[in-house]
Amino acid sequence: MSPSAYFSRHAQTLVGSLGRLAVHPVASLLTMGVIAIALALPLCLEVLLQNATTLTANWNEAFALSVYLDKPTGTTRAEAIAREIQARGDVAAVRLVTAAQALAEFRDSSGFGAALDALADNPLPNTLIVTPSPSASSPAGMAALKTAIGAISNVAIVQLDTEWVQRLVAILDLLRGVVRLTGGLLAAGVILIIGNTIRLDIQNRRDEIEVMKLVGATDGFARRPFLWTGVWYGFGGGVAAVVLVGIAVGVLSGPADRLAGLYGSAFHLSFLDARTIGATVLGSALLGWAGSWLAATHHIRAINPR
Amino acid sequence: MISFEAVHKRYPTGREALSGVSFAVERGELAFLTGPSGAGKSSILKLIALIERPSRGQVLVGGQNTAKLPMRRVPEFRRQIGVVFQDHKLLQDRPIADNVALPLIIAGVARRETDKRMRAALDQVGLLGREKSLPVELSTGEQQRVGIARAIVAKPPLLIADEPTGNLDPMLAIEIMRLFKRLNDVGVTVLIATHDVHLIEQFQARRIVLGEGRVAAMTPAAPPVAAPLLA
Repeated sequence: MSPSAYFSRHAQTLVGSLGRLAVHPVASLLTMGVIAIALALPLCLEVLLQNATTLTANWNEAFALSVYLDKPTGTTRAEAIAREIQARGDVAAVRLVTAAQALAEFRDSSGFGAALDALADNPLPNTLIVTPSPSASSPAGMAALKTAIGAISNVAIVQLDTEWVQRLVAILDLLRGVVRLTGGLLAAGVILIIGNTIRLDIQNRRDEIEVMKLVGATDGFARRPFLWTGVWYGFGGGVAAVVLVGIAVGVLSGPADRLAGLYGSAFHLSFLDARTIGATVLGSALLGWAGSWLAATHHIRAINPR
Repeated sequence: MISFEAVHKRYPTGREALSGVSFAVERGELAFLTGPSGAGKSSILKLIALIERPSRGQVLVGGQNTAKLPMRRVPEFRRQIGVVFQDHKLLQDRPIADNVALPLIIAGVARRETDKRMRAALDQVGLLGREKSLPVELSTGEQQRVGIARAIVAKPPLLIADEPTGNLDPMLAIEIMRLFKRLNDVGVTVLIATHDVHLIEQFQARRIVLGEGRVAAMTPAAPPVAAPLLA
């Protein structure tokens, strides 16, 4: 068979199998609906994960190291240290808060103005606020940066509390694991659903398969329409799952915005990115192919003309 | 073309359908397998089409020992044989065109060539113009002719038919038999299983008479008793 004839026959089968699904629209939509619901659960978790990752990425920008310099260190030396730190590749920004600025801020915010006036001199040191670059915002990166800055002369204390960041990252890692595990289990479920649907379809079309084999069809030829049917089931289920998640995001978007607003955040619940949508639909179609291949290969081989 | 050598066929139920059957059909020959129901006619055709395999003995088709044919080569082997069934075995939800073109589609023949040969086959059986009809819209005789068109569309060198006139009235039966004769005239080897002795008497062809799973008699090709019918 020439390649053009091969692809032409596949294209015919592709369209023909879609036509067969259209003959029984309710049954076809029910199957796609079951697949969609099975896929929607891990997809919803993925939405949660993507939004949590975005949220924490924004928080990462707020992570900073407070670098307290030795008390006698002057402003000129503090600016030199700031330039040295700024030159590092893992640092996004360095801001110098002079001792005078710090005292003024403390005076304004603390209400201890009169008490501070009683001090003979400014007890606060010059301080550098170091914001790490996004690539160094991980707990390990920040710990390394802390060590490096701590080794600079005239640096007294480098302060960083990463425990809560580590907890958050651990939670997100756990969530990623849950998404993968749930996704894997439900993907296996989708394969079984489609495999069982195709098995029933093969049973209903047993006579047709027998006739095909009698006139010389290979198992592969007889299997072809069922493979495409499985792909259509998967594709339809994947598209429906994305639509379901879209509806869920639409419903939850308002309450999520209000909750974020109460915490003073401009966070907005986002839908799946285009790459995830594409991967979902394509992956679902592949699951359909896998389920139908397993069922069709096994059951068509067992059918022999009588 | 076909050679049976001491062939036995015992089914899983224990029934011995064939007991030491030996005969041969030459290339380009028209032959009838005849005998009462249960004599083993259908079993012989099933062995030729590799629907069944012999329990003992050898079945050679086109020089190929069917017992030694691996499963993966069975489809290719079947494409060399046109089979006509008593119950037509048409795909009921597909139009006549698709039914007839099926062997060509399976063989991977290009679409334009498939259409051309499908129409030629339908023309041969007198059904050109009915391509879009569904089998259910045709009479039994027309369905049988569709089955024949499907069997000959790929131009197989061997055509076997199992009681092809079993459900037809006498006039239609003769019409179908004439069709087989015409195919044989252009070189196709034809083996027809039928219990209708009166019908085959009207055709000049060898008869292999079966009885209780054995070859009871083999008659040479004799002049037809009703020659005008073949005119």
